[in-house]
Amino acid sequence: MIKAFIIAGARVYGEKAADVAVVDGVIVPVADAPSTAVRIDADGLVLLPGLVDLHTHLREPGREDAETIETGSRAAARGGWTAIHAMANTTPVADTAGVVEQVWSRGREIGLVDVYPVGAVTVGLKGEHLSEMGAMANSRARVRLFSDDGICVYDPVIMRRALEYVKSFDGVVLQHAQDLRLTEGSQMHEGEVSAELGLTGWPAVAEESIVARDVLLAGHVGSRVHIQHLSTVGSVDIVRWAKSRGIQVTAEATPHHLFLTHEEARTYNPMFKVNPPLRTAEDVQAVREGLADGTIDIVATDHAPHPSEDKDCEWAAAACGMTGLETALGIVQSVMVDSGLMTWRDVARVMSTTPAAIGRVSQWHGRPIAVGEPAHLTLVDPRAEHTVDPSTHASRSRNSPYAGRVLPGRAVATFLRGKPTFLDPRLEGAFA
Amino acid sequence: MKHLLGTQDLSREEAVLILDTATQMAATQEREIRKLPTLRGKTVVNLFFEDSTRTRISFEAAAKRLSADVINFSAKGSSVSKGESLKDTALTLQAMGADAVVIRHWASGAADQLAHGGWLHGSVLNAGDGTHQHPTQALLDAYTMRRHLVDGPDGKGLDGLHVAIVGDILHSRVARSNVHLLTTLGAKVTLVAPPTLIPVGIGPWPVAVVHGLDAALDGPEIDAVMMLRVQRERMTGGGTAFFPSPQEYTRLFGLDGQRMARLPEHAIIMHPGPMNRGLEISAEAADSPRSVIVEQVANGVAVRMAALYLLLSGEEHM
Amino acid sequence: MTGTILGPPDIDRALTRIAHEILERNGGAANIVLLGIPTRGLPLAQRLAAKIATVEQGFDAVERCGALDITMYRDDLNRQPTRTIGPTTLPSQGIDDAVVILVDDVFHTGRTIRAALDAVKDVGRPQSVQLAVLVDRGHRELPIRADFVGKNIPTARSERVDVHLTEIDGDDAVILTGGER
Repeated sequence: MIKAFIIAGARVYGEKAADVAVVDGVIVPVADAPSTAVRIDADGLVLLPGLVDLHTHLREPGREDAETIETGSRAAARGGWTAIHAMANTTPVADTAGVVEQVWSRGREIGLVDVYPVGAVTVGLKGEHLSEMGAMANSRARVRLFSDDGICVYDPVIMRRALEYVKSFDGVVLQHAQDLRLTEGSQMHEGEVSAELGLTGWPAVAEESIVARDVLLAGHVGSRVHIQHLSTVGSVDIVRWAKSRGIQVTAEATPHHLFLTHEEARTYNPMFKVNPPLRTAEDVQAVREGLADGTIDIVATDHAPHPSEDKDCEWAAAACGMTGLETALGIVQSVMVDSGLMTWRDVARVMSTTPAAIGRVSQWHGRPIAVGEPAHLTLVDPRAEHTVDPSTHASRSRNSPYAGRVLPGRAVATFLRGKPTFLDPRLEGAFA
Repeated sequence: MKHLLGTQDLSREEAVLILDTATQMAATQEREIRKLPTLRGKTVVNLFFEDSTRTRISFEAAAKRLSADVINFSAKGSSVSKGESLKDTALTLQAMGADAVVIRHWASGAADQLAHGGWLHGSVLNAGDGTHQHPTQALLDAYTMRRHLVDGPDGKGLDGLHVAIVGDILHSRVARSNVHLLTTLGAKVTLVAPPTLIPVGIGPWPVAVVHGLDAALDGPEIDAVMMLRVQRERMTGGGTAFFPSPQEYTRLFGLDGQRMARLPEHAIIMHPGPMNRGLEISAEAADSPRSVIVEQVANGVAVRMAALYLLLSGEEHM
Repeated sequence: MTGTILGPPDIDRALTRIAHEILERNGGAANIVLLGIPTRGLPLAQRLAAKIATVEQGFDAVERCGALDITMYRDDLNRQPTRTIGPTTLPSQGIDDAVVILVDDVFHTGRTIRAALDAVKDVGRPQSVQLAVLVDRGHRELPIRADFVGKNIPTARSERVDVHLTEIDGDDAVILTGGER
């Protein structure tokens, strides 16, 4: 294990080029680096604080055919992530201290990324009884985020109780906003395309009505609420209004909701089937603007791996979800940075600092790139244009909607406490 | 024409060609020997994931009259119990040497996926996919209308005709296929349905929408009225039903003798079948001399013969 | 020889001769039905029918002349772009026990006539089938012969014989083109 190295000449936060030295997993002044320190030529590369994903599906325990904590960790490292939050919709569901501790220890054992388990809000995700969130918060996994993701916490009373309950341990409820009654049998966004294709629609109001309800509930009981995968104009407007009212709401957007529209469904290729669905161009535009102006606080991947038999079938029979850990940076660069809507420093804010703050892991992650801080670092090559080829991904699953598309850049090195968890082949030599 | 997946892809020339070819095919069905050797040696597979004896028999008759070999493949499975995958089924058919696959499936888009999935080399003919498209139904409907409503029909479309389609538009592949085809052939379309059964995203469709059959009859003269089958399960009231009760539906949208009398004399009454006598259409209307419902079935064979001929003969299909 | 082989008067004389030969061979016009093979066999059949009608009393040139589309009986459908199917029209009493005279413009490999014989078989059982052609250009690939020929034109395989008829092309001519030097 290399104990000392210098990242030379990278543009820190995409701004001025500078050398950054790391010794024993901590950033030190360059002058203090030993002469034996390995030198990495990072000319033209961008250095960001290690990325933090608030929304990842690792599938283990239960669906190891789609992904394991190990393959998911590797995929995360390749994508530039140093911390991920594993959703609770596993089998068994992560609704007890036992399951979350299992996931947490396995993540530590593999050691490629810090895995923070998310606890279920309700037992078995059934939406009927609150799970023992206190026990999960006090476990070794130190759970702070709670979500029934996959499913909406639909009963307003259960949602209210959950919002109130998590206050005692500074937790936050992450809501998958979807009115279950309005979306029975839904296959794609309800609009002009669904009318033509003969697929049951998922109307925007089914998301917006829950977002509205939950920001008002959070305001009423004085709690935080985090809205997952925001996808519509209306949802962005509601969150903006809620923030203006001082309500403690945060929101995330996925790379695919920043990039793809419901027109992709015309091919009936289930790679484009996701929940919430891909929406209209107006919705995508609103989500981009919301991310740029801070209404939407972070980018989260909602990395949802599925085995090929769950995607290589009829649209109606296919599972919802797309992989995202290994393509997120490229999408965000393409849509937000290269278009001028955001800077790399903004990217650091929405993909590292703010997610860590929401996840209550700021004492370890999302730290500034400064002397004394732990060396969780992501080195990005913004000129590494490449064609997305899911067969080369570290994820066990291949369900990426970007296959064949060209992305402008990618992570070329990821460091977790100074240990390189991913190195592009051209940098491997330095650490040999 | 490599595939027939939907009417939205048909140009006016292609649509008229199919109708004209169907006319010739229908003529051969008047002979004593109704069989032609044209598709001898070709294999047509009827791949039905959804029960439909009438449509399957129609396609089987069409293929056999052209001397093609017919294989019937009844696949199991639904969105709940997946059964053998579409991909595996397609690979099996390819190995069996299917020149054309006629597919009827419960999932919208299944025919498109079969045609473009890269598993099959042959032609794909959509016999109805979910609530998406049913092109041969629309073609036989257009053929029937042309026979009754257009003088010297060969080479012509349906220009200037006004067609009313009545019923559950939201869930109807017949309606979707007809809207495209009728518009391509120059007809005007009015959809008649309660608001709950009209798709939200219907804005760009080139149609008029009316929420009552009486109101539609008050409007511009109708040349053909197409009654769609309404599913009782959708009308059971309460919960997620689209309509309070079957009785209220019949009162507001059913075609009975009184409403039939308000149609112009030349107007024809159509229905893709099977009918719910007494619900969307009364027995009086269904059995009246203006009803061409039985003829639609016979025309179905000729239209399907035309479709198979145009898909399977010709060097571009080798 | 290339260029126009037959002009309007030549074609007319050939058809007149064929009409008389048909009557001579069959001892009159009773039971005769002319079936033209579309496209150009049809106007030729109609002209022959008209000529027969001027000579034979009671021969209804319209009723006794029809069209026989053979597209669906061709043996080469898969080697060419999809063909449009033409109309088949028969006399109202059908062709059972009739003397069917198939009429076509150019007689070449014989495959068209083979298809026509299959088509005839499926629409009825004539007493006999005879073949009248305006031009026989040789190069038979099947053992089929014509009973009545307007003109024999020996050709090389690479040459083309095109027939123009006023009803379709605006003029009457038989034109030979192509060939290797």
